[in-house]
Parts: sequence; C-alpha cells; structure tokens
Amino acid sequence: MNDNPVLRIVAKIIIPMILLFALYVQFHGDYGPGGGFQAGVIFAAGFILYGLVFGTEALRSAVPPHILRIFIALGLVLYAGVGVTTLLMEADFLAYNALSQDPVAGQHLGIFLVELGVGITVGAVMITVFLGFAGRNDP
Amino acid sequence: MIITQLPALQVVIPLIAAPLCLLLYRPLATWLLTVVTSATAMLISGLILAQVLDQGVIDYTFGGWAAPFGIAYRIDLVNAYVLMIVSTISTIVSVFARVSVASEIEAHNQGIFYTAWLLCLTGLLGIAITGDAFNLFVFLEISSLSSYVLIAMGNDRRSLTAAFQYLIMGTIGATFILIGIGLLYALTGTLNMLDLAERIPEVANTRTARAGFAFLTVGIGLKIALFPLHLWLPNAYAYAPSAVSAFLAATATKVAVYVLLRFIFSVFGKDFALDTMPLALGLAILGSSAVIFASAIAIFQDNIKRMLAYSSVAQIGYLILGVSLVSPAGLTATILHLFNHALMKGALFLALGCIAWRIGSSRLGDFKGLGYRMPWTMGVFLIGSLSLVGIPMTAGFISKWYLVLAALERGWWPVLVVILAGSLLAVIYVWRVIESAYLGGKDNEAQVGEAPLSMLIPAWILALANLYFGVSTDLSVGVATEAATTLFGAG
Repeated sequence: MNDNPVLRIVAKIIIPMILLFALYVQFHGDYGPGGGFQAGVIFAAGFILYGLVFGTEALRSAVPPHILRIFIALGLVLYAGVGVTTLLMEADFLAYNALSQDPVAGQHLGIFLVELGVGITVGAVMITVFLGFAGRNDP
Repeated sequence: MIITQLPALQVVIPLIAAPLCLLLYRPLATWLLTVVTSATAMLISGLILAQVLDQGVIDYTFGGWAAPFGIAYRIDLVNAYVLMIVSTISTIVSVFARVSVASEIEAHNQGIFYTAWLLCLTGLLGIAITGDAFNLFVFLEISSLSSYVLIAMGNDRRSLTAAFQYLIMGTIGATFILIGIGLLYALTGTLNMLDLAERIPEVANTRTARAGFAFLTVGIGLKIALFPLHLWLPNAYAYAPSAVSAFLAATATKVAVYVLLRFIFSVFGKDFALDTMPLALGLAILGSSAVIFASAIAIFQDNIKRMLAYSSVAQIGYLILGVSLVSPAGLTATILHLFNHALMKGALFLALGCIAWRIGSSRLGDFKGLGYRMPWTMGVFLIGSLSLVGIPMTAGFISKWYLVLAALERGWWPVLVVILAGSLLAVIYVWRVIESAYLGGKDNEAQVGEAPLSMLIPAWILALANLYFGVSTDLSVGVATEAATTLFGAG
C-alpha cells in the first residue's frame, strides 16, 4: 500500500491522534472510562496501522522486536514492583494506602502505576502478536 | 513481618522472576534464576506447611480489602500440601532441565522457555493457594497458556499439533469452568469460596446451581484428563521437551484434581456434589474405565513417553476412584496418591529425559541392552516402574494399599478387581521396557555412556523418594489423612 498517497497521508495524520487518544484513555482512566488495557490496545492500534500502511519491515525498524520484549517484561515488573513496594512498607501485597502518608493519594498513585504497567505490557504484546502473524520471521 | 506475607510471596516471587527471565534472556542466567526461584518457592511452601500444621488455617487478604470483597487466600492443609508438591517437583526438574533443554531447544528460545516455565509455576501455585473462584480461573489460564508454549517447544514437529490440540481442549475446559463460576456468581453474588460454600446450600435446588456444577465438573474433567476427555494428554506429554513432560506430568493434572476436590468438598459440599447429583457413581465408572482402558492402550505403545502418558491417564483413574468412594479413607488414598504419583511419574519421565539426551529417542526398539549401557538411568526407570506397578516397599504400593482398604471398607468389590487388573496391566506395559533393556541382549556395539550428573542426581532423588515414602509413611500418610479429614469435615 506504499504507493497509495491518500492512505499514507491520512495514516500520517491519524497515527499521532491515535497515540494521543491512547495516552488520554490511559491517564484519564482514573476518572472516566478507560484504563491500562484499553489504552494499551489503542496505542498498539496506532503502530499496527503504521505497519499496515508502510509495511511490517518499517514497523519492525520503528519498534525492534527485542525492544518490544523488554517492554513486555517491564510492564509486569512495574505492576508487581508496586506490590513488592507495599510489602516492603509492611503492608499487604498491593495495599496502596501504604504508598503515601495520605491514603487517598496512596490509592491514586498505586492505581496509576499499576495501570501504567498494564498499558505497557498490553501495548507491547499487541504489537508483538501483530508482527508474529504478519511477518514470517520470528518476532 | 515476613512470615505473615508468605502467602503473597509464594505466588509473587515466581511472577516477578518470569519477566526478569525475559529481560535476562541468556540461557544460563535464566536457568539459574528459574532454579533459585523454584527453590525459594519450595522453601516458602515448606514454611507455610509447617505453619498450617502448627496453627491451622492461614488467611491472607490482598490490598487490604476484607475477604468477601477482595481477593483472599485461605490456606488449609490441602492447599499447603499441593503447594509443596508443585514447588518441590519444579525445583528438582528445573535442576535437571539445563542440559536436557540445551540439547532439545535452540539457544535463542531458551530464555522464553524458562519464562514460560516460571509463569506455569506461578499459575500452578496460584491455583493451589487461592480462596477465590475467579482468581482460580485466572491462574488456571496462566498455567495453561504457558504450558501450551512449553509443549510447543518440543524438538519434534508433532509437538506443534500436540500443543494446538491441547490448546483447543484446554480452552474448552477453561471456558466451561468460567461458565460454571459465572453461573454460581449469578446465583450467589460472590466469588469467595468460603462465602460460596455458605450461600450455595440455600439455593442448591435450582437449575442454575445444577448447571453450574455440571459445567465446572466437565471443565475440570477436561483439565484433569479424566478418561473420555483425556485425548489431548498422550500427544502433549509425548512430544513436549523431556523436562516439560516430567514437570507437567507430576504437577499439572494433580493441581486440576485438587480443584475438583476443592469444588466438590469445600464449595458445593459432598452431600450436594456426590449424593444429590449422581456424581459418585459417574466418577466410579469413569475412574474404572480410565484404569482399564488407558492401561490396555499403554501396552500397545511403541513410544515409551506416550506409554507413560497413557499410564498417567490410568493413574488419574485411581485418583478419581478414591474420590468416588465418598469416605475419608478414599479421600486419603486420593490425596496420598497425588504425592506418590508425582514422585513416580517424575522419576520415570526424568529417566526418559536422560535416555533421550543420550540416544535421542524414546522408541522401544532403541531400549535394547540399555540396562547395561546406562545402568544408573535404567535403575531410576526400574524403581519408578516398580512404584507404578505398586510393588511393596515403594510409594506406589502405599497409595494402592490405602485405596484397596477404602474400597473394602465400602464393600465395593468391583473397584478392588479394577485396581488389581490395573496393576497387572501395568506389569505388562512396564515389563516390555524392562525386558528390552535388561534381557534384550547387549549385542549393540555402540557403547553409550551415562547421562551427566546434573541429570542423574535429580532423577535419583525422585527414585530414592519413591523408596523412602514406600517405607517411612509417617509424613506422607499423616499429612494426607489430616488433609482428607479437613476436606471431608468441611463438606
């Protein structure tokens, strides 16, 4: 589809908006509908659109598979890390209240970090799944 | 402080180690991390078991949300016992895995292999520890998805179709379990098992409760590989990497049997599950058929790994027979056999792993004279086989003895006949291998040496455990009896 100017230009306009919307869904998830999983999928959708229009090779050079692998692990480490931090603060696993002096701020920070972890892992996994199906090579 | 957090750490440590494995990615580093994590998990489950024996049930809540609202872990003796089996087997087999995996899986996939291993361990430990029905489903999916990956990594092309077959069957099973849990949730408005157990009796006589129970039983039956639903198991075990066959054969189906016990005895209560619903008779028939038919099919297998897989299906039959007797004695036999079968199948699959590493095959024809060429490995296989048949002085004898006693107590003579017939069939299929290895003549000129010590020592630990728990039964029978009383009393 590389030779289709309409698609290329529309994609170039839309992709930043998709990514921005993903960030909105991610960080506004505390107050409105949304959260890490949805944001991760929307974020990955931006990259997948890029891969569809400009080819998987271009996508592969934009986000190399070994970087994706690191992000997959990083999200889960962030999630579990929050839990371990609360453990180290002598509270139960994922008891966010311990994260701050003020329990409400603690809950806010806890859910923020956990959702960020979910978003990172889901986004990276979605792109990896796309690359795995679209390209014959090992992702 | 650390003692009170043990239930969380039991699951969280392998859960964190898994992404770290993916970050490390080097074969040796990831293997080391897997062994250390498994050993830590074993230590924690040992501490938990000691604590439960000492003080009784442990309760743990996540995120400071009290029990029926948040996710709670509730560890009684049965949980602690299953945790101990899973983490011990994972430790022993992961030590074994390094050389075996290095020869069977390409270097650039080994990081993913150990990641999947740790995720599978996380899932199995999570199923065994949680007190929340939906949490149980999530862990079941974690362990299942990672075991599909592990099986697909076998160096035989057929391992891909085997993994795909397991994926389809396993997903159907998991979906049934989810539908069952969903129906219970619709009926009672709770997912906490303790809460469910309190609320189900009031609403037990509804179609929703019966349908939920049926969905759960069939779904768990698929995961257990209960006789007519066992078709995924032989190929999955036969074509998986050797270490994975040993790990899954010794843990995965055991944990699924635990789930069945938990739902029958703790959630629904034995009166509803085994009496109101005609499950006891059904389980007795399916268990007996599993013992007879799977053992008979095992006799005709040319691939020894496949033979052992069919033998696993038969052994699951014994476990189910113990449940169907609906007595503390029968339940003791089942719980005891969970442990003993893990020991014998672990030892046998590790011996096969050594043989596969040396001669690159598990076909019966290649076993000719192997008793002289790999005496130590075949020694493990011999002990494992004796235990499988149920020769006195081995662990297998103890569990069959208790099963026979339980059957006699109920006066179920046909069950006795089934157990004896199953043992005789086991003699036949095991004897084919022993005969070929020891009496097939040692005319083969190719002198094949032994497997390395890092594989032999774990295999021998399991073999010696078979002998130890065949003679000194205080620990295994003691815990099993108490666990059975806990479950039976709860219903």
